[in-house]
Amino acid sequence: MLSAQDMQEAVAHGRQVRAVYVYEAPLRLWHWVNALAITVLAMTGYFIGSPPPSQPGEASASFLFGYIRFAHFAAGYVLLAGFIGRVYWAFVGNEHSRQLFKLPVFDSAWWKEAAFELRWYLFLERHPKKYVGHNPLAQFTMFLLFFLPLLFMIVTGFALYGEGAQAGSWASMLFTSWVVPMFGQSQDVHTWHHLGMWAIVVFVMVHVYAAIREDIMSRQSMVSTMLSGWRMFKDDKP
Amino acid sequence: MVETFYEVMRRQGITRRSFLKYCSLTAASLGLGPAFVPRIAHAMETKPRTPVLWLHGLECTCCSESFIRSAHPLAKDAVLSMISLDYDDTIMTAAGHQAEAILDEVMTKYKGNYILAVEGNPPLNQDGMSCIIGGKPFVDQLKRVAKDCKAIISWGSCASWGCVQAAKPNPTQATPVHKVITDKPIIKVPGCPPIAEVMTAVITYMLTFDRLPELDRQGRPKMFYGQRIHDKCYRRPHFDAGQFAEAWDDDGARRGYCLYKMGCKGPTTYNACSTVRWNDGVSFPIQSGHGCIGCSEDGFWDKGGFYERVTGIKQFGIEANADKIGGVAVGVVGAAVVAHAAVSAIKQSRRQQGDASEQNK
Ligand code: HEM
Ligand code: HEM
Ligand code: SF4
Repeated sequence: MLSAQDMQEAVAHGRQVRAVYVYEAPLRLWHWVNALAITVLAMTGYFIGSPPPSQPGEASASFLFGYIRFAHFAAGYVLLAGFIGRVYWAFVGNEHSRQLFKLPVFDSAWWKEAAFELRWYLFLERHPKKYVGHNPLAQFTMFLLFFLPLLFMIVTGFALYGEGAQAGSWASMLFTSWVVPMFGQSQDVHTWHHLGMWAIVVFVMVHVYAAIREDIMSRQSMVSTMLSGWRMFKDDKP
Repeated sequence: MVETFYEVMRRQGITRRSFLKYCSLTAASLGLGPAFVPRIAHAMETKPRTPVLWLHGLECTCCSESFIRSAHPLAKDAVLSMISLDYDDTIMTAAGHQAEAILDEVMTKYKGNYILAVEGNPPLNQDGMSCIIGGKPFVDQLKRVAKDCKAIISWGSCASWGCVQAAKPNPTQATPVHKVITDKPIIKVPGCPPIAEVMTAVITYMLTFDRLPELDRQGRPKMFYGQRIHDKCYRRPHFDAGQFAEAWDDDGARRGYCLYKMGCKGPTTYNACSTVRWNDGVSFPIQSGHGCIGCSEDGFWDKGGFYERVTGIKQFGIEANADKIGGVAVGVVGAAVVAHAAVSAIKQSRRQQGDASEQNK
């Protein structure tokens, strides 16, 4: 593993180091657990809004909708636990573990880099740059299209959960008590929670596409980085 | 001299036996144990009578209609004709100046000590001209009577939230009571109309215990608005099983399956219909085969269809709901991703050719 000093040098002179350890194991574990939880949440959430066809037989013979909702809530807890762990890791992990939570809007150099990346994605730049962590544009979308919506989904999700868990439950006291009055009524929370799902689905589409595309077209590894933690650079040029 | 509740009741010919019956019924409808019966009786015997003034603004009188059909006749009679209701222009005998005189009399005699019940709400546009009571805008009467009251009860969704007269675009600017009167304790009893037993119980609670029942964050009494229709719905087993009516005339509807897919708002509506029920506990909407429309929730009239689960979002157009908006977003972004991928692939192959020719040089 590289020391902090090595890491800085790597950032400064990408050409001298072919590989950098970027994503530590807990972060990678979180990434995939989180991705799985969100997949389950989006699928079961969709069915909560539009239930599958009616079940035949006696009511006691089936618990289909109960299981769908149970899976949603269980995945919701996994998501929350993961999220708390991820926030904790931002404090104790390496520098890259903090990127997700930052939007350096007052840093003009960062905006320049983001504009460069935007041009790269708009096919206006011929040669991509090297990045050890997320590139600024990725950071921008991660923050606005992932971090904020996820926070929103957790807050509204547990507010809805607290309604079923009844007044006095932790979710009700912590979330339902202020979220539902803030939106006006429960149906609004449902509608926004539902819209939030689509925001996250859009993020995942763009994210997975960008990860695979960058894996092929950029000058560093992508998908394998989230598996092994190592960022490999494909060339020695700066 | 100011009379007690009990004295008034006796004067009206109520026997002590009937009086005690009324006390136990009230305790039961408030969800209190038998130990509270003597406490209610004691309060009634010793407390000076608290009059209730009942004002009507922009409304349809369904709250009054509900109230006078309270299933416990004793509770209703006691509250309505004997104990307290001193002014209620739709059901009192006096009219015109006589009626207004009663209002003034109670307001001076019981200054700071009467309860103001409001049915309907004041429209504020056009100087309040859309609702005139006794020749003056209702909002003036409301402010005048509210000034010296002890507390306000907002009857129904009109007084609590605004209801249909406040539906977009709300041309008269019908405004719920708590947005006009801000310096008095207000208890909201929403519903269109609220359940009769809930109404009498709330009044009785306030009269006997001399305080507001415990309220939730939105100002509703927790004892009746603490749970959703869905939490106590007798069709809930069908919901959990995944057994739904999918059309009003299908087998599921005939078998009494859950009405979730037909747009039932039970899961998002706080009220006591599924426990207290209506008309002497005979039934409630879901039991009669129709989904809950959420009439006791804020803005229920502006929240899209009564018959759809994923409700429309008007800001995005008439036919839009979360899934349609999401579907369009996914379609657009998906198309963009595919187009972007195609261009990327061309660029990439050109670049590789370029690299190859560079190496060949
Ligand atoms: C529900 C699905 C997914 C979600 C919500 C998601 C979310 C995220 C987030 C938030 C990060 C930033 C990690 C951090 O900075 O802490 C990230 C990074 C990453 N994800 Fe995902 N992800 C998902 C699925 C996938 C899939 C299917 C792939 C593989 C094709 C993938 C590949 C990557 C890669 C390669 C990175 C690192 C990007 C970089 O090196 O800059 N993700 N993902
Ligand atoms: C990425 C995260 C999530 C997605 C995509 C998602 C998606 C959805 C969707 C589409 C619905 C249906 C809304 C409707 O139209 O009624 C829903 C309902 C719900 N979600 Fe989530 N959700 C997420 C996170 C959570 C979390 C963290 C919780 C907390 C436990 C949660 C709890 C609920 C509850 C309680 C309901 C209502 C269930 C019911 O009414 O029976 N969700 N979710
Ligand atoms: S009918 Fe309505 S309130 Fe009853 S279980 Fe179904 S969704 Fe819930």
